[in-house]
Amino acid sequence: MTANRLAESLLALSQQEELADLPKDYLLSESEDEGDNDGERKHQKLLEAISSLDGKNRRKLAERSEASLKVSEFNVSSEGSGEKLVLADLLEPVKTSSSLATVKKQLSRVKSKKTVELPLNKEEIERIHREVAFNKTAQVLSKWDPVVLKNRQAEQLVFPLEKEEPAIAPIEHVLSGWKARTPLEQEIFNLLHKNKQPVTDPLLTPVEKASLRAMSLEEAKMRRAELQRARALQSYYEAKARREKKIKSKKYHKVVKKGKAKKALKEFEQLRKVNPAAALEELEKIEKARMMERMSLKHQNSGKWAKSKAIMAKYDLEARQAMQEQLSKNKELTQKLQVASESEEEEGGTEDVEELLVPDVVNEVQMNADGPNPWMLRSCTSDTKEAATQEDPEQLPELEAHGVSENSGSQEVLSELRVLSQKLKENHQSRKQKASSEGTIPQVQREEPAPEEEEPLLLQRPERVQTLEELEELGKEECFQNKELPRPVLEGQQSERTPNNRPDAPKEKKKKEQMIDLQNLLTTQSPSVKSLAVPTIEELEDEEERNHRQMIKEAFAGDDVIRDFLKEKREAVEASKPKDVDLTLPGWGEWGGVGLKPSAKKRRRFLIKAPEGPPRKDKNLPNVIINEKRNIHAAAHQVRVLPYPFTHHWQFERTIQTPIGSTWNTQRAFQKLTTPKVVTKPGHIINPIKAEDVGYRSSSRSDLSVIQRNPKRITTRHKKQLKKCSVD
Amino acid sequence: MKVKMLSRNPDNYVRETKLDLQRVPRNYDPALHPFEVPREYIRALNATKLERVFAKPFLASLDGHRDGVNCLAKHPEKLATVLSGACDGEVRIWNLTQRNCIRTIQAHEGFVRGICTRFCGTSFFTVGDDKTVKQWKMDGPGYGDEEEPLHTILGKTFLLGSCASDRNIVLYDMRQATPLKKVILDMRTNTICWNPMEAFIFTAANEDYNLYTFDMRALDTPVMVHMDHVSAVLDVDYSPTGKEFVSASFDKSIRIFPVDKSRSREVYHTKRMQHVICVKWTSDSKYIMCGSDEMNIRLWKANASEKLGVLTSREKAAKDYNQKLKEKFQHYPHIKRIARHRHLPKSIYSQIQEQRIMKEARRRKEVNRIKHSKPGSVPLVSEKKKHVVAVVK
Repeated sequence: MTANRLAESLLALSQQEELADLPKDYLLSESEDEGDNDGERKHQKLLEAISSLDGKNRRKLAERSEASLKVSEFNVSSEGSGEKLVLADLLEPVKTSSSLATVKKQLSRVKSKKTVELPLNKEEIERIHREVAFNKTAQVLSKWDPVVLKNRQAEQLVFPLEKEEPAIAPIEHVLSGWKARTPLEQEIFNLLHKNKQPVTDPLLTPVEKASLRAMSLEEAKMRRAELQRARALQSYYEAKARREKKIKSKKYHKVVKKGKAKKALKEFEQLRKVNPAAALEELEKIEKARMMERMSLKHQNSGKWAKSKAIMAKYDLEARQAMQEQLSKNKELTQKLQVASESEEEEGGTEDVEELLVPDVVNEVQMNADGPNPWMLRSCTSDTKEAATQEDPEQLPELEAHGVSENSGSQEVLSELRVLSQKLKENHQSRKQKASSEGTIPQVQREEPAPEEEEPLLLQRPERVQTLEELEELGKEECFQNKELPRPVLEGQQSERTPNNRPDAPKEKKKKEQMIDLQNLLTTQSPSVKSLAVPTIEELEDEEERNHRQMIKEAFAGDDVIRDFLKEKREAVEASKPKDVDLTLPGWGEWGGVGLKPSAKKRRRFLIKAPEGPPRKDKNLPNVIINEKRNIHAAAHQVRVLPYPFTHHWQFERTIQTPIGSTWNTQRAFQKLTTPKVVTKPGHIINPIKAEDVGYRSSSRSDLSVIQRNPKRITTRHKKQLKKCSVD
Repeated sequence: MKVKMLSRNPDNYVRETKLDLQRVPRNYDPALHPFEVPREYIRALNATKLERVFAKPFLASLDGHRDGVNCLAKHPEKLATVLSGACDGEVRIWNLTQRNCIRTIQAHEGFVRGICTRFCGTSFFTVGDDKTVKQWKMDGPGYGDEEEPLHTILGKTFLLGSCASDRNIVLYDMRQATPLKKVILDMRTNTICWNPMEAFIFTAANEDYNLYTFDMRALDTPVMVHMDHVSAVLDVDYSPTGKEFVSASFDKSIRIFPVDKSRSREVYHTKRMQHVICVKWTSDSKYIMCGSDEMNIRLWKANASEKLGVLTSREKAAKDYNQKLKEKFQHYPHIKRIARHRHLPKSIYSQIQEQRIMKEARRRKEVNRIKHSKPGSVPLVSEKKKHVVAVVK
């Protein structure tokens, strides 16, 4: 059966093959025209396949149909010579039998086994063992790595590493071995026992226990939290009240009072709506307060404060105002009395109260404007400043017009000077801000009116500088006053200004300041500033960029690096230059004394000029200072080579530059900076690090041995631990 | 509206009790405290000088042995108790606080080669040249009893190293029948000591004047070669902190090395101290003991200039600050010179000079050889690798 099926399948296969081959044949036929031959060969093959079906390995003698290379001299084909004879084939009979199957199996088993290898010599075995053992040990040891690394890198190690728990024996244990001996002790114990005070174990009386049971923990916690909150709130309010009470500002108190009055009024309104009776009572209370006030005559001119103010009022505007206010208040109060008496019959007393309670807001505002508030003042002055700077360009032409002819009035001269000074100052400041693009040579500016580009620069000067200058000038103001001259100009300017009820004082101050500035600047304009080689940048720039630059300039107005550097370099050059020797003796050969100097001739004669030194190495390098003199004395104290852990010299310098002493650091920082790396306690034994510290128990060491010696006896516990180890 | 107030709270300036320190308001503006670097430099210089002035490490000498002290052992639980074995087989137990001998045992005939205490401190073991291992009770015998050893039992340690006279170090795992690995050095290793805080690091004291710190897992190159001795190093012991170790040498001195430095930070010697055979660092890391040929045990401070006894908090702060300053300015030439300066016996000093010359000559020769041979034919061997002959697996 099987054979038949096989044959069928094979036939099908061959047919398929034929079909598959066909197209190929066509191709071939086109080229060779040997279609018939091919067909014959195929047929032959098929026949062979069929014939080989009945016997598995029956060799058929190849018929010699055409010349072939395979033909041997014995007419035996060498086609099957590659195949080997299998042992099982010999056994196989024509029919399969069950008895032979077992033998066949055995045979196959024998065949699959290979020859046993030669045993290694003892040395090699041992070496392998050693290597394996070493690797294992190394692996186990690498578990220590993290701990060791941690300890090595630790900022501070305190030995002994493990904290010794102070052995506190519970009181029961202490008491168990103790007995009352003296009469006093016995008495005490008797008392304790009477109260059922437990001596041992849980130190709670039955009553306490009961109470504990009665109140649950939750409840107690909630209650405690509530109490805490209440306490916190109370303390907070107390602190707030204390703080507010301490505030000295009158204005603040006034505002607070006003607020309170408003609030009270509102409340009263509400109360009237809700509860008229209570409102009436309130009203009465207020009335009473007013009456008290009236009786006390606090607001008349009889008080101590009022008297003192009355004396001062002649000279002091503020005092006068305060007095005025008080009087008005007094009047108000007395008026209220009349009004109140009128409205006593009527119901609508509330409006009166309202009038009473509402303070005079209008007055207040005026007070504010005039009041001595420095912030307000400052804003005013800054306003004037701006106005002045805006006016400047307008006045400049005037300067030009009258600048040449000096015969016009002194006012003009003065104004001219003032403007000039303003100009100078601005130049100076703009350079100070950042000596970069816009800074131009002052001489040019002196001659021509302020260029339009400079406007924003001038306007955007930091305001603080101005105020500071003002402050400086304030002091000088009195002594330099020369009222006669600047007045006309001032008046003219006043008219120009927008109508604004600004006080005159700051304006005047400003003018004074300008005057003084002029004097200062004319004398102190240093030649060094002119000599500075200021790097220039093209002026063709976008507005945005300029603005950006401006912002940066303002931000870094304080530090001018280039200037500093140039200054430093100049100083270095000066210092390195050989000095002239002056040998003049004052008073020798002529009159001497305080304030007398040797004559120029003499000085010239006795001055020994130093020879010109060699040219400096950095003469042509504008951005470099080369120190030509190495200080040998200092070098002896300096570190020559960069020390080991540092990779760059600035690291080392920085560590040296940061002081660690308590002179420069706060106590806490000092302590932190000076913590020693290793701390040991005297008298404490430091035990070696333990396996438990690493995270795996010491038993893991025994794992190894167990595996090595008797692998079969690994307990489940060991297995678990092993697993843990492997996971780790 | 926010109103800023000047406020004065008495809590800020009034002391609670008379014993409190006065609160001193300070202005830390750096402009008010100029010249910080020079001032600190001077402080560091002074601290370094004072350290040298107060460096008096020698504390006591315990005499009583009638032959050279061959081995020392610490009590695991009592700091004051020390055991010592001499070359005549005598074992003595000492009390360090009283500085006297508590007990004397004639344990062996010939050398006492080794002593170790049990982990609990109840008994100790001795090994002698008479091929015996004896266990002794730590407390002395009662009145009338005779001094005699208990039985002989071996303790258990799992990983141990041995150093044999065939100039190699062998690592064993006690749980296995085979040794783990063997490293052969130039010359014989006298002792090895494991770092108590770093489980895989050990240091070997070698006959070639050097000490080698190995990582057990990579034996082919030592982690550090410590060289300063001028004669064979006989013993080494780690500080319990694992940061330093002390070595005893045949050149009549002991030296203290930081683990990660190749040069010693301290050298101790006295006129009378001969070849130092054994050395131990006490387990509170404050003291060092050494036993030497001339029958004495000496007690040293581990930090030569440390003040003994209780320090007040201000003293402690000053000490810490000085320490930090010394560390900060240690590279400055003057400070370095003062800190490094040690007075040495003439023999050691001349030996150092001589060896320096020898070393220089050797180096020069090496350089010349490299210079005059084909490039690459003479390999450059680092100092660390030079001393390891082979590693046997």
